[in-house]
Amino acid sequence: MKLITEKKPAFPWFGMDIGGTLVKLVYFEPVDITAEEEQEEVENLKSIRRYLTSNVAYGKTGVRDVHLELRNLTMCGRTGNLHFIRFPTQAMPRFIQMGRDKNFSSLHTTLCATGGGAYKFENDFRTMADLELLKLDELDCLIRGLLFVDRVGFNGHPECYYFQNPSDTQSCVKKPCTLDNPFPMLLVNIGSGVSILAVYSENNYKRVTGTSLGGGTFLGLCCLLTGCETFEEALEMASKGDSTNVDKLVKDIYGGDYERFGLQGSAVASSFGHMMSKEKRDSISKEDLARATLVTITNNIGSIARMCAVNEKIERVVFVGNFLRINTVSTKLLAYAMDFWSKGQLRALFLEHEGYFGAVGALMELLKTTEDP
Amino acid sequence: MAECGGVDSNPSSHTMDKSITLPPDEIFRNLENAKRFAIDIGGSLTKLAYYSTVQHKVAKVRSFDHTAKEAASDKLYEISVQEEVTARLHFIKFENAYIETCLDFIKDHLVNTDTKVIKATGGGAHKFKELIERKLGLKVDKEDEMTCLIKGCNFVLKNIPHEAFVYAKHADSEFRFQTTNPDIFPYLLVNIGSGVSIVKVESEDKFERIGGSSIGGGTFWGLGALLTKTKRFDELLQLASKGQHTSVDMLVKDIYGGSYGYLGLTGDLIASSFGKSATADKEFSKEDMAKSLLHMISNDIGQLACLYAKLHNLSRVYFGGFFIRGHPVTMHTITYSINFFTKGEVQALFLRHEGYLGAIGAFLKGAEEDNPNQYSWGENYAGSSGLMSVSPDMNPMQRARSGTFPFDMLEMDRLERQLMNLPLLQDPSSYIPDTVDLTEDALAREYWLDCFEEALDGVVKRAVASQPDMPEAALRAEKFRQKYRHKLQTLRNQPFAYGSLTVRSLLDTREHCLNEFNFPDPYSKIKQRENDVALKYYQKAVKSLEELSWEERQFALVRGVLAGNVFDWGAKAVSDVLESDPEFGFEQAKRQLEERPWLVDSYDQWLERLKGPPHKCALFFVDNSGVDIILGVMPFVRELLSRGTEVVLASNSGPALNDVTNGELQILTERIAAMDPVIQASLSEDRLTLVQSGSSSPCLDLSRLDKVLAMVARERQTDLVIIEGMGRAIHTNYYAMLSCESLKMAVIKNSWLADRLGGKLFSVVFKYEVPAGKPGQDSAALTPS
Repeated sequence: MKLITEKKPAFPWFGMDIGGTLVKLVYFEPVDITAEEEQEEVENLKSIRRYLTSNVAYGKTGVRDVHLELRNLTMCGRTGNLHFIRFPTQAMPRFIQMGRDKNFSSLHTTLCATGGGAYKFENDFRTMADLELLKLDELDCLIRGLLFVDRVGFNGHPECYYFQNPSDTQSCVKKPCTLDNPFPMLLVNIGSGVSILAVYSENNYKRVTGTSLGGGTFLGLCCLLTGCETFEEALEMASKGDSTNVDKLVKDIYGGDYERFGLQGSAVASSFGHMMSKEKRDSISKEDLARATLVTITNNIGSIARMCAVNEKIERVVFVGNFLRINTVSTKLLAYAMDFWSKGQLRALFLEHEGYFGAVGALMELLKTTEDP
Repeated sequence: MAECGGVDSNPSSHTMDKSITLPPDEIFRNLENAKRFAIDIGGSLTKLAYYSTVQHKVAKVRSFDHTAKEAASDKLYEISVQEEVTARLHFIKFENAYIETCLDFIKDHLVNTDTKVIKATGGGAHKFKELIERKLGLKVDKEDEMTCLIKGCNFVLKNIPHEAFVYAKHADSEFRFQTTNPDIFPYLLVNIGSGVSIVKVESEDKFERIGGSSIGGGTFWGLGALLTKTKRFDELLQLASKGQHTSVDMLVKDIYGGSYGYLGLTGDLIASSFGKSATADKEFSKEDMAKSLLHMISNDIGQLACLYAKLHNLSRVYFGGFFIRGHPVTMHTITYSINFFTKGEVQALFLRHEGYLGAIGAFLKGAEEDNPNQYSWGENYAGSSGLMSVSPDMNPMQRARSGTFPFDMLEMDRLERQLMNLPLLQDPSSYIPDTVDLTEDALAREYWLDCFEEALDGVVKRAVASQPDMPEAALRAEKFRQKYRHKLQTLRNQPFAYGSLTVRSLLDTREHCLNEFNFPDPYSKIKQRENDVALKYYQKAVKSLEELSWEERQFALVRGVLAGNVFDWGAKAVSDVLESDPEFGFEQAKRQLEERPWLVDSYDQWLERLKGPPHKCALFFVDNSGVDIILGVMPFVRELLSRGTEVVLASNSGPALNDVTNGELQILTERIAAMDPVIQASLSEDRLTLVQSGSSSPCLDLSRLDKVLAMVARERQTDLVIIEGMGRAIHTNYYAMLSCESLKMAVIKNSWLADRLGGKLFSVVFKYEVPAGKPGQDSAALTPS
């Protein structure tokens, strides 16, 4: 039975992904509003639209990633711009408070939310702001959102990219590409922790494994080791550091390559291995420590992802998640690790909208009732 | 990487301490004859290996020439104590701090060596190269670390029963030892040194490093030291064991408010290690951070190990390296991780002698020309320290301060005979010789430890009495008493010290300790006397049996074996009687026997079977000297031979209690043959064969038997195995499943054990079994001729 319906969900259109560290929010701003609509638009709704689209920062910690905005997008028969906003999960109580202050519940919209916070904060939304959440599974949303963004592209450019010549730091360059025939793919989502999925189609996937050594571990350890406070600060320090002052390399132990096992002298033998010595601990810089933390976590994720790819017999490994935001050290390292250890068999792919796919997937659920039958 | 490469990482422990005097009786034993040295120097511990010959006294029996000097003696044979030279491997583990002291000691005591080189491995080998060469005058010859490690691993897995164990923190016994699978390959070795190496071992010479990780022991140590300002590895582990990781780690429930039910992830699962330390502006305790770090690293290694095990389809995964080395904390977290990631399909395995693998391997590399792999070796319980007893791995600082020299030893004897499985075991990989595991049965453990302690006075007395011409025997016997009592004390505190604690291991430990102090055969004279007496009655016994009807005779023969088995100096209840009343006779023993139905009684089935066709060949594991073998077993064997069944008599290679040895049995059989034409004919027609078991234990391990025995059993198409006596048929093999018919006969001569089995003193076990699927009566008919 073909269901023909003109019933579109009421504005505003939001999709939300409440993670362990960050809340990711996507907001669809319709640009095809008719005069009639404009007239009917309640003041409340208008003020939300203006507030979100005219600012790039909200409060002390909210940020709109303007460079990621998808313009003139058609969703559910409407044209508009998709905005990408993030703020720390810690600010969640304040966000809910704001929802109440703005009397959000009067708009009769459905708030689609995914991520663990959809469960954790459900009751707070209900009691504090009189809002009912439509809770969605984060992995379903992640895959749906990713495939959608890849399909619509990034304002006329491909969403996806890889690194050419990943094993050569001099000639390693970022190259756009498309995920034309994306299945099967190994999807590695690096948030606070890491989930690894084998995806065979939009609706057929399994979670292969995960690891607790993720973005949260990088930031957590960096804060303890260097006293930094933000991800940006930690990455900034890491970009200036040298991990070989912290890590013990194969050549530090064997004087060169360990030929019996084909290990290069430059390979890391023991992460933080030099730090067993007190003299070295006393003279190490914060930048070096930050870099070593970043390299350790990244290499480990690469290693687990590669093993999963081999075990699942999948050659395409797609890395997403906010750990990769402004983090070219890690993306290049992952590209290198995939290429080197698989002798060119595996290819690492990345996506421009790194951590926002879950939120996009949640928004799509809202529009689903009116999507193509 | 392999070993902790961090030789420079723990400089504080390298301060030479020359004030310590080494206990020469205990450490570096048999150094006078040492040859072939090997050394493995790790980040903090040195492991030294050497091969030495040991002279000890053995009791030999020799038949008198009866034709020439009939009057010389009325004894059947003479006993002489001879010096025998055997080979032994010594391994000693001590802290690097004592290396110079030890090298000096070795130099002073080394006399008879023509050795020119010392094999060396381990990250610290190059650092001490010059010192070793200067002190010992030996050339240091470096061997690849991983090759040594694997060689050592293969060696212990093959030669030491109960080498591998599973660690279960909350179980009644923390250590669950694995039965020795005759086929040790393939396996995965995950070596957690400063980094991690994952090695797939497919055969003796074929192994491959299939992967690894840089997150290892060095990461725990280095990162842990940065986070907690704690310098030492073991102190970090102590911190970790006291901490709560949940204040530092972000759990699934911190994100979800509860579990992530859709994926089946429980709320307590760690979602992000150190995830909370990024967001909170609070201080974290050292303990909590250390704990979180420990979990992070253990889980990560466990996950990688599982991925590699899955990829290569391997289910045996051994963990080693300094991160593991006897630390309950890390064994627990690794076990937990493996269990989690494989959903219980793979068990993490650990090794009792893991710390010695490199040294053993380096030694084997140097000894290749002696073909050490051609021999079977056995752990010497008298000369080995045992798991976690005085190991310098555990809290070395504390011991160093106490002023004693902390060391750990392993000694392995080269066995005269090459050992292998009895080919008639139904499933060699699941065969467990011992009936009760005292490591898991606390009540039984307490009883037997007390029992052995109480029996010690008697053993000492007999040991002294066995050497009346040696005035210093009393002093040696006293040393034996101290040593064995100390072993019993160790086993009370650490029942797992030598693998599963069993009555067999307690008996074997006692034999090893007796040998250690040159009491090779305390029962030799008693056995001699008993054999002489019993022989006088042999013909009479056979004659009276022949007068019986066939059916009466079958029963009398079985009663004879059982009554003979009452004569046993190994059992406390009996040795008391024997000592007080040496005239305790065969007839009296028969009267002591329980009347039918016996405690375990399948005599009717046995009798039915005997009415059928004869067995092709019976393999009989015999027990005691004297009445048992001569008046009990021999008539029984005679009947089997008369039926047309070939008989192979298996007796101990070396002495244990009053058990008849192969040497004694040779003489006894010859003597009986001279009186009995049936035995005579069977011997000359090769239908009665004597073989040695390869063992010197009052118990019986069917997975470690003399190669010749195994060969004979197979060639003769053995279809009946008879096991006699409490040690061989009850303490061990009571549940052993054989692929042919079997008969286990014993009299329970221990009231506690009788009570346990639901019987009473002198209850009889007569267990005749036919393997499933083989109809006993018709089996011979079905066998193609």
